[in-house]
Amino acid sequence: MPKNSEYELRLYVAGNTAKSMLAVKNLKHYCEEHLKGKYSIEVIDLLENPALAEGDQILAIPTLVRRVPAPIRKIIGDLSNEEKVLVGLDIKLKDNLRDNLKDKLEDSLRDEHKAKLTDQTKRAA
Amino acid sequence: MLSNLPKSPTGIEGLDEITDGGLPTGRPTLIAGNAGCGKTLLAMEFLVNGITKYKENGVFISFEESADDLIQNVASLGYDLSKLIDKKQLRIDQIQVDRTEIAETGEYDLEGLFIRLDYAIKSINAKRVVLDTIESLFSGFTNEAILRSELRRLFAWLKDRGVTAIITGECGDATLTRQGLEEYVSDCVILLDHRIVNQISTRRMRIVKYRGSTHGTNEYPFLIDKDGISVMPITSIKLDHTISSKRITSGIAELDAMLGGGFYEGSNILLSGTAGTGKTNVATYFVNANAEKGNRSLYIAFEESPQQMVRNAKSIGLDIQWHIDSGLLKFESSRSTSQGLEMHLAKFYKLIKSYKPTVVVVDPMTTLVASGSAKEVRAMLSRMMDMFRAENITAIFTSLTEGGDNLEHTDIGVSSFVDTWLLLRDYEVNGERNKLMYVLKSRGTAHSNQVREFVITDKGIHLVDVYLGEEGILTGSARVAAEARFNARDAIRRNDLFIRQQKLAYEKHVTEAEIKSLTVRRDMQDKQIESFKSIEEKRQDDVASDQALLKSARGKGRNDHAKK
Repeated sequence: MPKNSEYELRLYVAGNTAKSMLAVKNLKHYCEEHLKGKYSIEVIDLLENPALAEGDQILAIPTLVRRVPAPIRKIIGDLSNEEKVLVGLDIKLKDNLRDNLKDKLEDSLRDEHKAKLTDQTKRAA
Repeated sequence: MLSNLPKSPTGIEGLDEITDGGLPTGRPTLIAGNAGCGKTLLAMEFLVNGITKYKENGVFISFEESADDLIQNVASLGYDLSKLIDKKQLRIDQIQVDRTEIAETGEYDLEGLFIRLDYAIKSINAKRVVLDTIESLFSGFTNEAILRSELRRLFAWLKDRGVTAIITGECGDATLTRQGLEEYVSDCVILLDHRIVNQISTRRMRIVKYRGSTHGTNEYPFLIDKDGISVMPITSIKLDHTISSKRITSGIAELDAMLGGGFYEGSNILLSGTAGTGKTNVATYFVNANAEKGNRSLYIAFEESPQQMVRNAKSIGLDIQWHIDSGLLKFESSRSTSQGLEMHLAKFYKLIKSYKPTVVVVDPMTTLVASGSAKEVRAMLSRMMDMFRAENITAIFTSLTEGGDNLEHTDIGVSSFVDTWLLLRDYEVNGERNKLMYVLKSRGTAHSNQVREFVITDKGIHLVDVYLGEEGILTGSARVAAEARFNARDAIRRNDLFIRQQKLAYEKHVTEAEIKSLTVRRDMQDKQIESFKSIEEKRQDDVASDQALLKSARGKGRNDHAKK
């Protein structure tokens, strides 16, 4: 269980594309809702600082990197899937919200798993 | 007029030849192959040669190995990558794709990869790029649709940048590469193969396609050794190499005479015989004589080590160690079963390109049958002979024929490829086995059709005229005996003649003495006649003067009387 210490988040974007802007918006929204007062966001535009891509091994855009708490977690995409983002960041949730989200999460996970299985059987065939 | 496709030379021995100039400039080339076949090495050589030979900087993007590992791995080839990196001519970036760290939440693209690549290329102004192996991306990102569309975009982007790129990929089962990269990279595709047949490994390379250029379509064997990769391009199939009329000595004076001066430069000679007939000795004489003339000689031995050869040569009166030390004679010993046929060929090709010999011996070529079928060996040997001809190298191939069956039949059937065929044969008679040498064929030279006896002594090899007697060819001790008889008869006859000459000379002397004495008598008689003559003359003179006196006295008195 993560301690309620600072979350250091770094969001890598490339210019002002739609995906990048969406990711920034989503991230700000989640942090305000779930991590109020305990986070810091750094937005790095790789078009202006390409050398920084090497440090965190960034390939996909947008990529969100949770540097603190350790271990480093990377989440790629425009962050539209809230449950996945929160699970990925390992954020402790408020109780009522948590239950709701937990159900939603379990459903979506089950669907994904089913999809993967059918994919595998298709490929094996 | 159609313009030629611009190409970037790889600098790899033989590869530029089979691609007719190198890889397509400004386009991506796919190198596919199974594990351990040399893709990374080829890509690295492409970059390093680009920097050192063609002044084009390069970027190596490694998805699997770390930069340090790479630098260490190629250090054994003599590549100092750290130095090139310091000079800002080479850049090695490692891109790590770790599935466990990543969760995918929504739409994304791989712009980060593009940015990193762009940054790397711009930082050293690179013209050559390697992506090794981009298939690693597939293990990191699950959304194949995004991945594939980004790959398509990547290769278009690379073309746009004008960099010549090499993309490596693993071989797939149903597709050329496991992830089907050939769909996106289709300007030039090269397949590397590392095969084991009968416990012998062979590396082969094949150009699957090369848009816009002619290229060899066969499989070419290649070697990986301490100098890196070298490809053996199949030598010209056309038989149009220039020929020379110069002669190369065979090492045996009588043989040179039999062939009208020696072997033609650039010709191939087959020396066949059963075991123990002296083929290796003849071959040793050949390289020794040529080394003495200053011609570089290469001896490829499949059955003996160099030390053995030196010792055996001493026993027939040759000191070849001296030639080895001076660099004019080089031995290459290896078992024929140590490598596949193509590997042997590739190795020899490399050797003659670097050592540049004038003459070569392959002893014996028949052991190669252990590494392949007779048909394969014949194909390999004909390529080898072509290779020697193209470099104007005179080569002797020794061939061991199994005794018993027809000696003029070679197991492999290469006799039609060679220009000269010498056969060494044992001739058994009167409890002795003597050796004979025949010149079975010699294209382009008038050669004696007579067999010669072949004698190996510790003073060397000699070809001796066989003795033709009433019993037929006499060799060995029979010949010696016949020669002795002939010599004896000859001696007696000469003796006879000598005695008669002496006798006649003596008689001549006697006659001359007689002539002398007669001459003396004649001279004396001459003198007598002379003296008689002069006495008579004097007497007549006296008489005449007396008479004159008398007459004058008488005349005077009368005149006196008359006067009175």
